[in-house]
Amino acid sequence: MNPTPSLIVAIPLICATAAFSLGLLFCLYRIAHAPGVSDRILALDTMVINVIALIVLYGMWLGSQVYFEASILIAMVGFVSTVAYCRFALRGDIIE
Amino acid sequence: MTLFLDIVAGAALIVASIFGLVGSYGLVRLPDAMQRLHAPTKATTLGVGGVLIASMVYYYRQEGTLSFHELMITAFLILTAPVTANFIAKAHMHRNIPPEDLPPTGTDRGWASFDDPPAISERTPGEPRDPI
Repeated sequence: MNPTPSLIVAIPLICATAAFSLGLLFCLYRIAHAPGVSDRILALDTMVINVIALIVLYGMWLGSQVYFEASILIAMVGFVSTVAYCRFALRGDIIE
Repeated sequence: MTLFLDIVAGAALIVASIFGLVGSYGLVRLPDAMQRLHAPTKATTLGVGGVLIASMVYYYRQEGTLSFHELMITAFLILTAPVTANFIAKAHMHRNIPPEDLPPTGTDRGWASFDDPPAISERTPGEPRDPI
């Protein structure tokens, strides 16, 4: 395993992790207080995007390439689940 | 050279964190549902793109080889973000706008979310199949 990144990368890494974690909290707030279903779907989709960023940042911090497969999988699952949820809100059924 | 690559990776991370934070804050801050659709689908996707560029540069500095996993994730996210945005906008219009207020579709059929799809026998030859 590689050593922890040098300071010139470590400080932006911490900043980015803090920013995306804060974004995750904003999404949680939007899921709890939303005027409609479509806002909740949007907040879930944004949460998936934030989580992908956090996983990539964690992989950079550890200096490991293993986490890219996890983020690709989460991106695909997030897209499919968003589309399925929208289909359900549109037609009341996912596969007609 | 390593210092230069470090600075590039750090700058990309800072820009990405600003974009990601703006996108998620816009989700909370903007007043209308259709306006809220803009912030996450554009700004947050760009933020993730910045993070992936930073990680590409960083691994090039560590390993000396360029990895293309990140480009795959970026391409996938940029391809899927408009699709999800379109779906969410359609679901919002379907649930919140009454059918008589919707703009005309420009064809003899109504909106796909309200009308039934035409039967196969009613289709004119050569007409493309309806999207599912």
